[in-house]
Amino acid sequence: MTNLMAQLFPPSVLRPMELGADVSIVFAAAALLLILTRRHLWGWLWREWITTVDHKKIGIMYLIAAMLGLFRGGVDALLLRTQLALPQNTFLGAEHYNEIFTTHGTIMVFFMAMPFIFALFNIAIPLMIGARDVAFPRLNAISFWLFAFAFLLFNMSFVVGGSPNAGWTAYAPLTELRFNPGVGENYYLIALQISGIGTIATGVNFLVTILRLRAPGMALMKMPLFAWSALITSSLIIFAFPALTVALALTVLDRLFGASFFTIGHAGMPMMYVNLFWIWGHPEVYILVLPAFGIFSEVVATFSRKALFGYSAMVGSLLAISLLSYGVWVHHFFTMGAGAVVNAFFGVSTMLIAIPTGVKVFNWIFTMWGGRIRMTCAMLWQLAFIPTFVVGGATGVLLAVVPGDYQFHNSYFLVAHFHNVLIGGVVFGLFSGLYYWWPKMFGYMLNERQGKWAFWFFLIGFWVTFFPQYLLGLEGMTRRIYIYPRGLGWSLPNLVSTLGAYAMGIGFVILVYSIVYSMRHRELDLTGDPWDGRTLEWSIPSPAPEYNFAVLPKVSSRDAWWATKHAGARGVAVDEIGPVAVPRNTGAPFMLGLCFFVAGFGAVFSWWPIAVAGLAGILSLLVAGWLREPDDHLFSADEIRRSEAALGRLKA
Amino acid sequence: MHVCRGICRRLVRWLSIAATGVLAAGCGRQYVVLHPAGPVAASELHLIETASIAMGVVILFVLGLFAVTVVRFRERRDGSGPYAPAWNGSRRLEALLFAVPLLIVAFLAVPTVSQTFALDRLPPGRHDLVVDVTSFDYKWLFLYPRQRIATVNYVDIPVHTPVLFELTADSPMNTFWVPQLGGMEYAMPGRVLPLYLEAGRSGAYAGRSANFSGVGFAHMVFTVHALSPGRFGRWAAAVRRISPPLTMAGYRGLLAAGEAPRASFSSYPPEAFPRTSHGFTLQGGMYESR
Repeated sequence: MTNLMAQLFPPSVLRPMELGADVSIVFAAAALLLILTRRHLWGWLWREWITTVDHKKIGIMYLIAAMLGLFRGGVDALLLRTQLALPQNTFLGAEHYNEIFTTHGTIMVFFMAMPFIFALFNIAIPLMIGARDVAFPRLNAISFWLFAFAFLLFNMSFVVGGSPNAGWTAYAPLTELRFNPGVGENYYLIALQISGIGTIATGVNFLVTILRLRAPGMALMKMPLFAWSALITSSLIIFAFPALTVALALTVLDRLFGASFFTIGHAGMPMMYVNLFWIWGHPEVYILVLPAFGIFSEVVATFSRKALFGYSAMVGSLLAISLLSYGVWVHHFFTMGAGAVVNAFFGVSTMLIAIPTGVKVFNWIFTMWGGRIRMTCAMLWQLAFIPTFVVGGATGVLLAVVPGDYQFHNSYFLVAHFHNVLIGGVVFGLFSGLYYWWPKMFGYMLNERQGKWAFWFFLIGFWVTFFPQYLLGLEGMTRRIYIYPRGLGWSLPNLVSTLGAYAMGIGFVILVYSIVYSMRHRELDLTGDPWDGRTLEWSIPSPAPEYNFAVLPKVSSRDAWWATKHAGARGVAVDEIGPVAVPRNTGAPFMLGLCFFVAGFGAVFSWWPIAVAGLAGILSLLVAGWLREPDDHLFSADEIRRSEAALGRLKA
Repeated sequence: MHVCRGICRRLVRWLSIAATGVLAAGCGRQYVVLHPAGPVAASELHLIETASIAMGVVILFVLGLFAVTVVRFRERRDGSGPYAPAWNGSRRLEALLFAVPLLIVAFLAVPTVSQTFALDRLPPGRHDLVVDVTSFDYKWLFLYPRQRIATVNYVDIPVHTPVLFELTADSPMNTFWVPQLGGMEYAMPGRVLPLYLEAGRSGAYAGRSANFSGVGFAHMVFTVHALSPGRFGRWAAAVRRISPPLTMAGYRGLLAAGEAPRASFSSYPPEAFPRTSHGFTLQGGMYESR
């Protein structure tokens, strides 16, 4: 019994900070339960959300999860920066700091950026290509619930058992039992494995959706750029994620079953882990940033009132980047002794990526050239992105210069670089997309004035945080150290960087406040096309009806909605409306996620009966789902006619 | 003419400083990467500067174009200003925008490749010193196979002598980094990786691990003392004479997790470092074939 308690509650989960977080979680959960019960919302929650297979609602749930991830990862970041604000600071101990930078990185990549991207894919892609849903709606729900329960599992680590502490990259042999006996790494390995299954399924889903469900007439080269980026990202996911699956699975075998793939001794090869991790990890960088490129391509055209410049070059550069992304992974470890031939190859291949990326940057600028640029929040994030990303890309080229990388590797120069591209590229892009598609998700606008406050706090905070980190790198400060002495010149840049991080935190708080404010003071979008958009999602009401399109649009050019609008052909012809089948809601995806959670939790603690029970649940649900006939709900033509008439969309 | 040259010189200087990212405090000695104390670090810095200038020019050009575009084509309240929505492609312009970055990459790729090979090679015709480095959980052990002595957390080397550090680990991975002498290399269990460094002037240079290896990682610091060859010889002789030997029991003590104070040893057991012939029988990659 005491053994069990020690396993569940090691000292690392009993620190005041962890206990404080536990208490606030209990209070928040209690408040939530109370509200749901008081207002009789349980049935609504189950029927409308938990069992939904509607891509728009799944997208919104991804978005909520991503904001939670941004909150948790952001708090982690502020704790790290607080510790580093002063030399010889004792705010966090070494162990605590190691756990927090591990969860910060892991959450930001897997449980913030990924769900944010999937949120926008889910919300926008089917609408943009004129589809009524994704190709496999139930699989889509399964993807979401696997992700959601993996997120829950990962976050449980600081409540019971202890957090992972080997960095988000989890290099062997530091993750091996000899050096890492707690259950923290198990949480990391198993949670990422579960969410990875969901991610691969999402890749398959969107690949098929985009290839098979485009509206009549929408040839590939007439697709919006965001759809292109989703298509290419999906293929990257399908080919890259299995490498992560293997790396995680082998580490699990080492830790839980006494194998020695990556151990010291017994012929283990720690470096094999590093290779596998980055064979996934570098394409992953593009899995994150290509969707942002897609968002920017939509936003820049819309708010410049001009078609995207150099469409074919934009598509070609996306393809080129995705292919090159498989051939650069060694640049994450030039200093691991691969030798001059290998390093020279990977240095040059890395530099080559700058070429298609440069083409994209110029094409965005030339899209604005000759346009009428409207300074909305969505566009501001785009405008901030270009200079930020150019600097981040340029420092990336510096890192690709192999002898230079020998001095930059694992220093704060590297830390500054990847935040420069991941925040300046990915996060700015996701915020831009958030503002852009918000009215389509909810039917009302986000407050622009507050949004601009959030924008400026975040942007200025970003530069104040990360520019000093380039200097710290040149001063020889290495990443992941929790403490540093006086007298190295590191104190001032660290303090400034911390202040910048707080400013970013304030920006995030304003953003959340603005979302709540906008929810309460609904500034409705009654047109369905608040930005004078160009693509098909703006041709339907906001929020989109469950069946999306009363009549599937016929596409004859790029920017299909822009062309339709300017041909004066708005509205739905009554006689073209027919019945529409949409898949019925199902609780199975949620239950499947729950079973994965149970199995995962059992495996984390090596409590095999629980793990086996979870696996049995998974198997039986899979068999049951396999035997089940497809079950659709039919909207009759009349129902659709009535609903479209109520929205004022019918042609007179 | 004279003034113009002065301006040009100043411009180049300014660009070089700006591009290395050190606008205000660039002259401070705390920027260790920018103050090399040996030929390896100097040649790496030279390449960093070249690349930084090239990237600085790119950044300035793109930012300039970006600023002009945003100012010129922002929406004005009165609806005035140029508007040319039909301009959405230009083969010639796009070809140019493809070709220029390609040239820049080629410009950078040539010195990158040649320096990558150059820094990988033993400086020709010079008699080098070998130091075998092992990283442990939170300390560094340095073995001098020719002098038969060992040190912990500090390493003395003679100036103007290329030193071959052979790196391995009996712990999770670390990297061995002395920024003023040159870039880093991993110390990994089961492999021995070579790293050449050379001090161009005597002095004490801070080194640390740059790869996270666990709870004591922040304390994995060491000092490199570059001494005149005469002083180095006297130091090695003194260590051999005065210091205690490193026994196998002592080695196992180092294996236990924890930090350790600086120490010197007059000898060490031969098993203390994976056998290499201190030429090039290092495992893996290129080094095997030499």
